[in-house]
Amino acid sequence: MSTTAELRKPRQRVGDRVFAGATFTAGIIILLALAGVAVFLTLEGLPAIGAPADKLGGATSLLAYVAPLVFGTLLAAALALLIATPLSIGVALVISHYAPRRLAKPLGYLVDLLAAVPSVVYGLWGLAFLGVHLSPAYEWLDQHLGWIPFFAGPASTTGRTILTASIVLAIMVLPIITAITREIFVQTPTLNQEAALALGATRWEMIRLAVFPYARSGIVSAVMLGLGRALGETMAVAMVLSASGVVTFNLISNTNPSTIAANIALKFPDSTGLAVNALIASGLVLFVITFVVNFAARAIVARSQSEG
Amino acid sequence: MATTRTNRHTPEDTEMTTRTSRPPLEGETGTARHLALSQPRLPRWAPWLVAALSAAAALLICLTLGWNLVGGAVLAVVLFAIALPTWSRLVENSRAAKDRLVTTLVYTAFAIALVPLVSLMITVITNGIGVISGEFLTYSMRNIIGEGGGIYHAIIGTLLITLATAVISVPVGLMTSIYLVEYGVKNRVARTITFLVDVMTGIPSIVAGLFAYALFVLFFGEGVRMGFGGAVALSLLMIPIVVRSCEEMLKLVPHELREAAYALGVPKWRTILKVVLPTALPGIITGVTLAIARVIGETAPLLIIAGSTDSVNTNLFAERMMTLPVFIYYSYTQPGVPAEYGQARAWGAALVLIVIVMALNLLARGLGRLFSPKTAR
Repeated sequence: MSTTAELRKPRQRVGDRVFAGATFTAGIIILLALAGVAVFLTLEGLPAIGAPADKLGGATSLLAYVAPLVFGTLLAAALALLIATPLSIGVALVISHYAPRRLAKPLGYLVDLLAAVPSVVYGLWGLAFLGVHLSPAYEWLDQHLGWIPFFAGPASTTGRTILTASIVLAIMVLPIITAITREIFVQTPTLNQEAALALGATRWEMIRLAVFPYARSGIVSAVMLGLGRALGETMAVAMVLSASGVVTFNLISNTNPSTIAANIALKFPDSTGLAVNALIASGLVLFVITFVVNFAARAIVARSQSEG
Repeated sequence: MATTRTNRHTPEDTEMTTRTSRPPLEGETGTARHLALSQPRLPRWAPWLVAALSAAAALLICLTLGWNLVGGAVLAVVLFAIALPTWSRLVENSRAAKDRLVTTLVYTAFAIALVPLVSLMITVITNGIGVISGEFLTYSMRNIIGEGGGIYHAIIGTLLITLATAVISVPVGLMTSIYLVEYGVKNRVARTITFLVDVMTGIPSIVAGLFAYALFVLFFGEGVRMGFGGAVALSLLMIPIVVRSCEEMLKLVPHELREAAYALGVPKWRTILKVVLPTALPGIITGVTLAIARVIGETAPLLIIAGSTDSVNTNLFAERMMTLPVFIYYSYTQPGVPAEYGQARAWGAALVLIVIVMALNLLARGLGRLFSPKTAR
């Protein structure tokens, strides 16, 4: 009797218990860190609620201070995704279906290199090269398409507009969206693709009929992850954008809405007292927005994985 | 990175089969007219011909109208995207024309995506290469106004903070991934951790910096700046990357190895330390190197918590500490008078940073390839 009981319940070794405990603790540390972000930002952000106007850049309340920044953040991220999404799907298709198989891997590395460039270098390039070279295009837009509210102008001479910032953001989120979509394109069942081709479909019809329906949820979550990155990107926007904190849909002028992240980076080093608390409060808003976006994106991924 | 495509058929394959023309057999000639098995196709060299023609036409128009090279390239692509589908529609059919149009668009998207990479590399290298010198790499900016000085203090700061980040992140990340793979299989805590780690990869870097500041302010008072704070902030960004890559690598270790060790009576923790980890080590090293490459270029958190200074500071726990990304930012946006020297130093530092990041990336891939036969058996 006693031997079977021993067999059923093996002796717990001390080393095992210590090691298992250590790994479990590490996992809990991660959860605590994530909770800590929310807790500490709330602790340091709360005092800003009653802050006077001179600490809030002239805004009458914290809400009036954060609202234009949220607008700018959403506008820049939306523009960036508008540019990046079609491009990334094209790039992912080249790597997964169009390029000769021997070339596909090196081409993938090239796109990964885009993700490896530090954001401050993107900012430098956007400020010193891209903006300067885009300003003639902005003048042309202002002259010929000025009747569209987006291009009302007057065109910026330095090119440091929200459109330039969005283009830089688009370049930065492109490798993220590409990486995820191409993984999913590659996973499309070969039989479905061959069936489409066997019925006489052209390559594009095969992709539309077999690949896109399979990859739809993957593309959606990839775009949302890209959105999360675009919302939180700091340095590129802080360096490229000539921000004045207004609310406007004019994309090519000298007065641009600022974004939460860029505003923090620009103001934080020289701020003291309640102004710091206000910046932290705006950071909390950014954290909540990106957390929700990422949470939703990951939930979509997890759901599609458990279904498939 | 599963780029294994076992079987892939391209329209060329179908084209080959439909185009094979054989002499008609006896009694078959009548039916062949009614039921055309092969359709007219453009020759294989058709895209190249159209490309050459549209490039030539664009060049001609550019020269006559005085446009620059970028305008010419755009025009050439537009001409190609109109001409080839039109020709295909006339000879083949509308579906084939659409296919050719999409092929053109997809490749154009790829080319557009590579333009910034090439342009950025060229800009940084041409602006930065002239600045790099022995003095630039070995002098700090202490008491420098105008010409001269260097990035020694920034390199030291970046190395120290990144090292501290790795010292915090690698044990926590590795232990967590061991828990997820070896202990927490399918339980609720492990699923929650996996999900939240994924969500954590999306935390904006500036929020990580604010978190470190908000944490350290409680202990050191307002306006705290120290290198260790930067390491804490960067760890928040690095841990999720380490967990993800280590988890993938541990999952690749064959179960037979673990079972063999258990069968010999080896305790679980020794099995993990002596069997599982050594097998997965090359992949883990690759993942950690890539994670370091990812955080070494982070700017925003260091701007907030590590601050900026002109002198060398080797103490992580006191005073401001300069880092390469922050150096680039301040040198370019606040270059001092005259501005050209500060901006030149920014380009030089950007080149150094890019070289470091690319070297880490290549090193990671090299390590992965060097050791890969061990796991991929």
